[in-house]
Amino acid sequence: MSSAAVTTASASPATSTGKSVHARLGAAFSGRLVIIIPYVWLLFFFLIPFVIVFKISLSQTAIAIPPYTPALDISGGFSGFLAQLKQLNLDNYTWLTQDALYFNAYVTSVIIAAISTVLTLLVGYPIAYGMARAPATIRPTLLMLVILPFWTSFLIRVYAWIGILKPEGLLNQLLLATGVIHQPLIILNTYTAIFIGIVYSYLPFMVLPLYSALEKMDYSLIEAAKDLGCPPTSAFWKITFPLSLPGVIAGCLLVFIPAVGEFVIPDLLGGSQTLMIGKTLWNEFFGNRDWPLSSAVAVILLLLLIVPIMLFQRAQARAQEMDR
Amino acid sequence: MNTTWSRFNITSVVLGFAFLYLPIVLLIVFSFNESKLVTVWGGFSTKWYVSLFHNQGLMDATWVTARVGLISATVATVLGTLAALALTRYTRFKGRVLFSGMVFAPLVMPEVITGLSLLLLFVAVGLNRGILTVTLAHITLTMCFVAVVVQSRLITFDRSLEEAAMDLGATPVKTFFQITLPVIMPAIVSGWMLAFTLSLDDLVIASFTSGPGATTLPMKIYSQVRLGVTPEINAACTILIAVVAIGVIIASLANKRREVQRQLDEQAAQRG
Repeated sequence: MSSAAVTTASASPATSTGKSVHARLGAAFSGRLVIIIPYVWLLFFFLIPFVIVFKISLSQTAIAIPPYTPALDISGGFSGFLAQLKQLNLDNYTWLTQDALYFNAYVTSVIIAAISTVLTLLVGYPIAYGMARAPATIRPTLLMLVILPFWTSFLIRVYAWIGILKPEGLLNQLLLATGVIHQPLIILNTYTAIFIGIVYSYLPFMVLPLYSALEKMDYSLIEAAKDLGCPPTSAFWKITFPLSLPGVIAGCLLVFIPAVGEFVIPDLLGGSQTLMIGKTLWNEFFGNRDWPLSSAVAVILLLLLIVPIMLFQRAQARAQEMDR
Repeated sequence: MNTTWSRFNITSVVLGFAFLYLPIVLLIVFSFNESKLVTVWGGFSTKWYVSLFHNQGLMDATWVTARVGLISATVATVLGTLAALALTRYTRFKGRVLFSGMVFAPLVMPEVITGLSLLLLFVAVGLNRGILTVTLAHITLTMCFVAVVVQSRLITFDRSLEEAAMDLGATPVKTFFQITLPVIMPAIVSGWMLAFTLSLDDLVIASFTSGPGATTLPMKIYSQVRLGVTPEINAACTILIAVVAIGVIIASLANKRREVQRQLDEQAAQRG
């Protein structure tokens, strides 16, 4: 049983195996450390960085390195703090509201993410339903097959679509050869390509929660409805869909939230003509080296997503309670 | 009762899997293409794999990625397991809501935000960007995935096993290492693998947090993809897919064997 993980786990403070007093003290200590270590790590590497982003979004661009003038430096004491507080500027935010480019990027991103989420749900639902109704013996294999693409690189899976969607790509070759079309379809570098990319990449995130909701469902309810003369479509909308709603919600949030800030898909499949906020932030940061402005873009993006993220949080907590 | 798998269900599953796998299969097929054009078949060839191994930049990036992945996945597994234990075993402590929020939020947080915020942290504390900063960033992201995987195993864990061990005089620490850890080990192993592949895969966060001399493989692939699709990149991707697929298969076989062994042990225990 001793694998690499065990040896690393024993590096955590739980060494006393001797006398019981020591052991008990050690246990109490390690019990608290179980909480403290990951807590402190996440505070430092997850929460504090957001505070810094917020702080820098209020400062001004500089040509030096780092390319911003510090805002709110507490080394100057309280009076220095107050003096700096007056200097804080909302220039970056005013800039963001005045330039239509950013506003459009936010709106487009939310719309693209919403449409993609609905499309992913429409594609994912029949798959999840089919899997849940499959013979119990092959269900684990099907589940494995859904998870497997998730293990292969996101970047590679998006890249694979370039060769398919190009004007001289495989899809157009196939359609031209079979005579369905006579002119190659222009799909790459359009919003259609972004939709395809998001649906494809995020499909497992939609199928897995849907499957786990549908698999738990009691199908004798459907039988009963059928026996009582309920047509299949209305049985679906009255029984199956409401019962799978927790899975629908979890899946939609898992797709929608990251899709709003998606960078790789709009960049590789969307080309230069499409506008999404993740790409805007990237260009602002790497292209224009405007750190304060890209921080402001990030802050507003986070504010947009805070409600969906909290909904996701609550859905997770509720799912946990039900498993207990 | 109708237990047959209806035609509609079979069709949707088959089509769904075709959609999921076809692009990857095509990518692999065209990595063996003789022609330099990625979309026109010019005969079978492995020359792109040969040229791959002479590409020093790609080799260096692979080495960086492997090191970052191994270290970050291992540390993330320890931290994530601790976080999972904290969430399942300690139902009330100060700031638990904040804690669970910080564990779940990174799962859905857009990568551009996480990457930017971590970079600004590293700049603020004066840490030079390089392999270390990428590793720290990956630990932070992947430990949350590990925590979720391990937590789902811990929730269904039968705690009477631990109580029995402690009644028989085992210390809590000994109980953890002799009872709890072996039981949750499959979840820990798959958590490690998930962390490793996520680290192997990450482009956005690595681009923000890495510095000169610490170009990871996805960053290298990305910079070449922007210049155009080449069979050489297809070959690199195929190798990456093969490595991950072999890893996943070995892990699932090992898991299955452990499961069989456990059942045999249980049967032996019942007989004896």
